[in-house]
Amino acid sequence: MSRRFYMDFEKPVVELEQRLNALKEDPLAGEPDIHQEIIWLEGQIAKLKVRTYSNLTAWQKVQVARHPMRPRLSAYIKDITTDWQELRGDRAFRDDPAITGGLARIGGVAVVLVGQDKGADTRDRIHRNFGSPHPEGYRKAIRFYQLAAKFRLPVVTFIDTPGAYAGIEAEERGQAWAIAESLRVLSELPVPVVAVNIGEGGSGGALALGVADHLIMLENSYYSVITPEGCAAILWKSKEKAADAAAVLGLTAAHLLNMEIIDEVIEEPLGGAHRDQQGVTEKVATAIGGALERLIPKTGEELTSQRYERFRRLGAFVEAGEKELGLEKNTS
Amino acid sequence: MTMPLSDWFKHRRPTQEGPKEGKRTVPGGIWSKCANCGLIIYQRDILDNFHVCPECDHHFPPSPDEWISTLLETDTWVEQNAGLSPQDPLGFIGRKPYRESLDAAMAATGGREGIITGLGRLADSPVALGVMDFRFIAGSMGSVVGEKITRLFEKSTNERLPIIIIAASGGARMQEGMFSLMQMAKTAAAVGRHSRAGLPFISVLTNPTTGGVLASFGTLADIIIAEPQAHIGFAGPRVIQQTLGEELPSGFQRAESLLDHGMVDMVVHRRDLKDKLSTLLGYLAGHTKAQVDVKVKG
Repeated sequence: MSRRFYMDFEKPVVELEQRLNALKEDPLAGEPDIHQEIIWLEGQIAKLKVRTYSNLTAWQKVQVARHPMRPRLSAYIKDITTDWQELRGDRAFRDDPAITGGLARIGGVAVVLVGQDKGADTRDRIHRNFGSPHPEGYRKAIRFYQLAAKFRLPVVTFIDTPGAYAGIEAEERGQAWAIAESLRVLSELPVPVVAVNIGEGGSGGALALGVADHLIMLENSYYSVITPEGCAAILWKSKEKAADAAAVLGLTAAHLLNMEIIDEVIEEPLGGAHRDQQGVTEKVATAIGGALERLIPKTGEELTSQRYERFRRLGAFVEAGEKELGLEKNTS
Repeated sequence: MTMPLSDWFKHRRPTQEGPKEGKRTVPGGIWSKCANCGLIIYQRDILDNFHVCPECDHHFPPSPDEWISTLLETDTWVEQNAGLSPQDPLGFIGRKPYRESLDAAMAATGGREGIITGLGRLADSPVALGVMDFRFIAGSMGSVVGEKITRLFEKSTNERLPIIIIAASGGARMQEGMFSLMQMAKTAAAVGRHSRAGLPFISVLTNPTTGGVLASFGTLADIIIAEPQAHIGFAGPRVIQQTLGEELPSGFQRAESLLDHGMVDMVVHRRDLKDKLSTLLGYLAGHTKAQVDVKVKG
């Protein structure tokens, strides 16, 4: 696989891979001792990969989640939907390319699909504002949620954003208002809502697509109340402490499954989803299909009241007079 | 009590930037200095003026108790869920342990968390009231704030009461990680149920109201009131400045600018707030009362 980009911690793997490729391209690659070395190197690389990738720290996972080659929304749309019909615009201000939405079939089931799109190449990334929506992006999403409710179509969202955009115009057009409204509308939606976090789950800007009946995370995606850098800047007064912040924020898929904030984790190949895109998108399609199959038979009333209870129980507190936690399960 | 006359004028330099966020600028003692215009003020004069500087109208933050006595009729306040106190679900240790921050905040405020909720009467109208306390870890929303807000909305939905929230918050309580973020979804859903029951919710955004509180229940009100000069926004000004690398326009994220951009309904001086709330409830809560009457008769 061609690797145009690698993360600091995978440098040893990449260096070995480069040496291996050089050997393979050597005109003398057929010679017995070079052949021996190729075999030996392949073994070393396999071992090193397991060691490097099977115990990623929280901060390393954040870097994998941000990997520029990681499959983005458009890869999922291409791989797992048929009959994709993109719909555009918030009908008030403009079409925000940071959020993509439309009608699609997943495993033959018609759904409304909404997600953040970080973009393919540099040009596309700039066009899509690196997946950071403006208020009109959230209002566009709300339009699609309401369309889904009207036509009784399930909603499938894809979360992948560093966060809602922090800019002057985003503030002036009511970023907070648009996010709050997204939360309220999703919480009341009388159709199934399935959310998949495929990369970055940056705070309220991610949650605006995440008030779901079933929340899935890819193994190396993250979901956090604040970016590790932001947390480090505020609590440690130093962005250099982002790795420490990532460790303590509890933002990995495994941690959030344990906290019962998410429902399902999808395994990624060693090194991250970009090492086997089709394998990963296929697993995501299967997971969405499973969730929809379970949710579609429910009535609108059942869905909204169960979704309400799902978020209602989240929190950790004590009530005077009793030492018990206010939630069913502690995280430790 | 002697003070040279010149001192009265020495510090009277009105600043353009407006008040410093959330800084508690009325210390104990008999005299205070206004953080905005620098006027030295007799404390009693500030208290009698609803914690507003008589010179420049700078709004100081009252304590939750002072808010309650300002807005509600004497002896009508019944606090709800006072026993809820925070946990440390992540065992969070930043530069200092979350537990220490909590203990310090409890000692400083005498409260258990960043909000007090309860029921009372405002003029003729029974109301549910929530008052946030910025002094408690910047009024950040952790599990307890989210839970108390949610319970207040649920109780008000069941008892058909209007709600008033006095908001003041720096955003999410990051020391509680994703439990904190989830309070946004939880409270927004509870506001939604209250709203669908046809009940009024008025939010009063004070200096400052930002982040997750603004992006959930804070802005889901039927009527949004802002206090003069209050700083109100989703992202912090420093974050925006860093993103853009340019100076922010004057008045950015201030109440008056939000009014111009159509994000709040009115900017109300604190001395007029109670009358304003009473008038608004007269329009919106009549519906609630009528339905209650029907229920009682039926």
